[in-house]
Amino acid sequence: MNYEAVIGLEVHVQIKTRSKVFTRVGAGFGFEPNTLTDPVVLALPGTLPVMNKAALDAIIKAGLMLGCEIAPVCKWDRKQYFYPDSPKNYQISQYDQPICLGGTVEIELAGPARNVMGEHKKIPLTRIHLEEDVGKLSHGATESQVDYNRAGTPLMEIVSEPAMHTADEAFAYLTSLRTTMIYGGISDCDMEKGQLRCDANISIRPVGATHLGTKVELKNLNSIAFVRDGIAHEIKRQIAVVERGGTLVQETRDYDGEAGTSQSLRSKEMAHDYRYFPDPDLMPVQVDDAWKQALRTSCPELPFDKQRRFLSEYQIPYTITSVLVPDHGLSDYFEAAAKLAGPGRAQAVGNWIANDLLRELGAAKLPLGAAKITPENLAALVKLIDAGSLLNAAAKEVFSAMFACGGEPAEVAARLGLTAVPTDTHELDSWCRDAIAANAKALAEFKSGKESAINAFKGPVMKAAKGKADPKLVDENLRRLLAAQ
Amino acid sequence: MSVPLHFQTVAELSAQLASGKISSCELTRAVLARTRVIEPQVHAFNSFDEADSLAQAAASDARRTTGRSLGPLDGIPVGLKDVISVAGQPLTASSKMLANFVSPYDATVTEKLKAAGAVLHGRLNCDEFAMGSSTENSAFGPAHNPWDLTRTPGGSSGGSAAALASGSAIATLGSDTGGSIRQPAAFCGLVGLKPTYGLVSRYGLIAYASSLDQIGPFARTVEDAAIMLGIIAGHDPRDSTSFKTQVPDYRAEIKTRRGPWKLGVPKEYFGAGLDPEVGAAVEKAVGFYKSQGCEIREVSLPHTQYCLDTYYIIATAEASSNLARYDGIRYGHRSKEAKDVLDVYQKSRAEGFGDEVKRRIILGTYVLSSGYYDAFYLRAQKVRTLIRRDFLNAYREVDALITPTSPIPAFKLGEKSADPLAMYLCDVYTIGVNLAGLPALSLPCGFTAGGLPIGLQLIGQPFREADLLAVAQAYEEAHEWKLKYPAL
Repeated sequence: MNYEAVIGLEVHVQIKTRSKVFTRVGAGFGFEPNTLTDPVVLALPGTLPVMNKAALDAIIKAGLMLGCEIAPVCKWDRKQYFYPDSPKNYQISQYDQPICLGGTVEIELAGPARNVMGEHKKIPLTRIHLEEDVGKLSHGATESQVDYNRAGTPLMEIVSEPAMHTADEAFAYLTSLRTTMIYGGISDCDMEKGQLRCDANISIRPVGATHLGTKVELKNLNSIAFVRDGIAHEIKRQIAVVERGGTLVQETRDYDGEAGTSQSLRSKEMAHDYRYFPDPDLMPVQVDDAWKQALRTSCPELPFDKQRRFLSEYQIPYTITSVLVPDHGLSDYFEAAAKLAGPGRAQAVGNWIANDLLRELGAAKLPLGAAKITPENLAALVKLIDAGSLLNAAAKEVFSAMFACGGEPAEVAARLGLTAVPTDTHELDSWCRDAIAANAKALAEFKSGKESAINAFKGPVMKAAKGKADPKLVDENLRRLLAAQ
Repeated sequence: MSVPLHFQTVAELSAQLASGKISSCELTRAVLARTRVIEPQVHAFNSFDEADSLAQAAASDARRTTGRSLGPLDGIPVGLKDVISVAGQPLTASSKMLANFVSPYDATVTEKLKAAGAVLHGRLNCDEFAMGSSTENSAFGPAHNPWDLTRTPGGSSGGSAAALASGSAIATLGSDTGGSIRQPAAFCGLVGLKPTYGLVSRYGLIAYASSLDQIGPFARTVEDAAIMLGIIAGHDPRDSTSFKTQVPDYRAEIKTRRGPWKLGVPKEYFGAGLDPEVGAAVEKAVGFYKSQGCEIREVSLPHTQYCLDTYYIIATAEASSNLARYDGIRYGHRSKEAKDVLDVYQKSRAEGFGDEVKRRIILGTYVLSSGYYDAFYLRAQKVRTLIRRDFLNAYREVDALITPTSPIPAFKLGEKSADPLAMYLCDVYTIGVNLAGLPALSLPCGFTAGGLPIGLQLIGQPFREADLLAVAQAYEEAHEWKLKYPAL
C-alpha cells in the first residue's frame, strides 16, 4: 500500500524585545546565568506580571504579515504544570483566544533544476499565540542547575494546520517562516540560540484517505536540517510499524539528530492536564483598528512578493533572486545599487552581489553591514565597466580593494593603475601578430575549424597588454588577422 | 487620666509630633514597650525588630527638626501583615514554607508608607497565606483577641487587628480576600477598610486569590482609616489590575461630605445564623442613621445565598495556581528527605503547607481540572457577575448598604478549628463584597453583654471610598465606642 504523511508544525519563535514579556528586566542570549532576572522573573512572593506592549506589537505585526485575523482582545491564561524551569509553575499563555487566527505561510518547493523556480503553496495556519519562555536546565551527575535568563522571554507559538505531506514541505515551511520573521524584525530566528524551535505532529494514512491517522509528536528538532531528517525518519518508522502489522500509539517522541533515531518520551495517557484558566493578574487588552493599522504600515514586503517583483521589475535571473531575497539586508542592498546603476544594469549588480560580495564576506567572515563597499560604490563600478572604462578582470581587483578599504571605484582603479586605457591599435595589432606567430598549432586548429582555438592567442595578448586591453577589441583584431592568414 | 500614647490615634499623635510635644523616638519606644509586655499574651507579631524601628523613628525625628517632615504619618509606628513585602525583612505568610524567607524588595504600599515617613514596625501574624477566619491557621501559633485572650481576634488579618487593639501599633495594614480585614476589625473593636478592587496596588502582596485580594488599613478611627487610605491608594504601573483614578483627600472629604444618605438594608443579611446581640446592635445603628434623616430602604441581593460557594470555587482555584510557586526550588522550605525533583515538590509542599492551605489547593486544583472547569470555575464566574449585578442594582436606589460585619462576635480559639464549614460561615456577610469588587468597612457599633466588640459593615460604591468613610464618620462622631480599650 502507498502511504501519505500528514504533518503539522508547532514552531516557537522568540520575539526580539529589549525587555521580557511581563517585566522590565532585559532579555538576551549569552549572559552570565541568572543575571537577566528580577523578583518577577524568579516568581518571588508578591510579584505581578505587567505586559510588555512591544511583544504584543511584534506578534500582531507577525500575524498581519502572515494574513492572520487579529483578535479584538488580547486575553491571558495560565497553563499550569510543575517543572523547575518554570518559576511560577505556570506559564502565562493564551488558551482559547489566541491573538492571531488563521493566516498562511507561502512555501516554495525545489524546482526541476537549480535555476528554475519550484512550485509554490500556501500552508494554512491554525493560530499564533503569545506566551513566556521558560528557563534552561542543565543536568550534572548528582545535581541539576537552572538558568532563568531565558525565562519570561516573549515567545510566539505558531501552529500550522496538518497540511504538509513531506519532510521537504516542512523544511520549506520552516525556511519561509524564518525568513518572514527575520524580514519583519520579529526575531533573529537563530536555532542555535533557541530563538526558533520546532515540534512536529506526524501521522500517516493510505493515499486517498481523508481521515487523520494516529499522530506522533516529534520533539527536539534542533536545526532546520534535523526537522527534515527527523520527519523523514518518523514517516519511515510509522510506515514500517504499520507494514509489519503493528499499531501506532499516540505519543511524544524525542528525536536525536546526531544519531538519526527517536525514542518515546511519553504516551497519551501521561499527557498533562494543564488546568488553564484566565490569568487574574492581567487585564485583557483591547486591540483596536488604529493600533492594527499603525502596525500594518510597518510590515515589510513579504519575501516571495519581493522575489516576484525582482524577477519582473529588474529582469534578473531566478538564481540571483533566490540568493538575494532570503536575506533582507542583501536584497535592500541590491535594490539600492540597482536603482543607482540605472536601467539595464540590474543583472550586473545582482551578479556582483551574489558572486563577489558574498564571496568576500564569506572569506572575511563578516556580516553585510561590515562591508566597506556601499551600494553607491557598486553602482558606480558597474557603470564604469559598462562605459568601457574598466575591464572585467581589472574590475575584480577594484572590487576587492573597495571591499577591503572602501572608496569610489574610479579613484580606486586609478590608484591601482587599472583604468582601461584606449588601446593603441598599432600596438594591439603587433601583440596579436606575435601571438599568432608563436603558436602554429593553434593556428592550424583554428583554420581547420576549431573555433575555440582562438582563445589560445588571447592569453599572450592580454599578458602583453598587462590586462588593460579591451577583450572585445582583442577578439575582433585576432579574427581579422586570422582570416587574413 | 490621659490616654497613653500607644492608644492614641494617628491624627492625635501626628498633631503632637508636629507641635514638638512628642518625638517619634518617644512614641516608638512607648509602642515597643507596650509590645514587649503584651506580645507574650496576644501573639500579634511573627517578628519585630526594635533596633530597626527605633532607627526609622530617629530618621523621622531628624527630618522633622530640619523641616522636612513627610506628612501626617511621619514618625508613626505602623504594622504590616506578614503577607506584605518589606525589603530586607522576613516575609513568611505565617507559613513554614516561607519561615526563613527574607524579601529583597518593597511592596508598592511599603514604598508609599516609607515615602510618608511611617515607622514600619513588625511582621503581623495571620492565617497561613491569608486563608482562614481566626488566625489559628498560622504556622507560628494563633493570635489572641485583646478583649478576651481565650478568643480569636478573627482572621485572616488577626495579628493586624490584635496588635492595633492592644496598643502595639498605631495603625496597621491587612489584606482582605473574603473579609480578612473587616471581620478581625469587628472582633477587635476597630475600623477596618477593604478598598475597591484596584484602588490599592497588590504588588508585593503575597497572592492568595488575585481577583479578590485587596490591601487595606486597620485604624482606631474613621479619620485614621482615611489618612491611611490616602497614602496607600493609587494607580501602580506594576499592578495591571490597579485602576487609573484620582485619589481624593479622604481626610478632608469626610469632614465636608454630609448626609443625609439613602441607606439600604439587604434583607438577606439578617437571616438565620445572626447572633441576636449583633442583630440588635446593627438595628440600633440603622435607627441612628434614620434619626439623622437618612432614608432607610430594605433592598434585596437575591444571589447572596450563592456567595459562599462561588467564593470557595474562585478563591481556591486562584490559590491553587498562585501557590504553585512555593516548590522548594528557588527559595522557601525544601524537604531534607527529597531525593529527586518530584520529591522536592511533593515532600517540600507536604511539609511546608498546613492543612487549610492544602485543603484549598486540592479544592482549587479539582475545580480547574479538565472536565470540571465549566461546571465549577466558569459557572462560578457567571454567578459572580450576578452577585455584582445585585449590588449595582441596589445602588440605583441607595448610596450605601448597612449590614452586620460578622454574624457572631469573636468566638473561642479552638471552637471552630475542627469544622472548616462552620469557619467558612463566619465570612457569609463579607465575601459578597470581594466577589463584587466593592469597598466596604467595618466599624464598632457596640459590645455584647460579655464585653465583646460588635462590628457594623458599610458597603459602598466602586471607588467612592470618600462617601463610604463619610457615612461611617457620621456614626462614629455620635458614638463613643472608639474611646473604649481592652483592659489588657
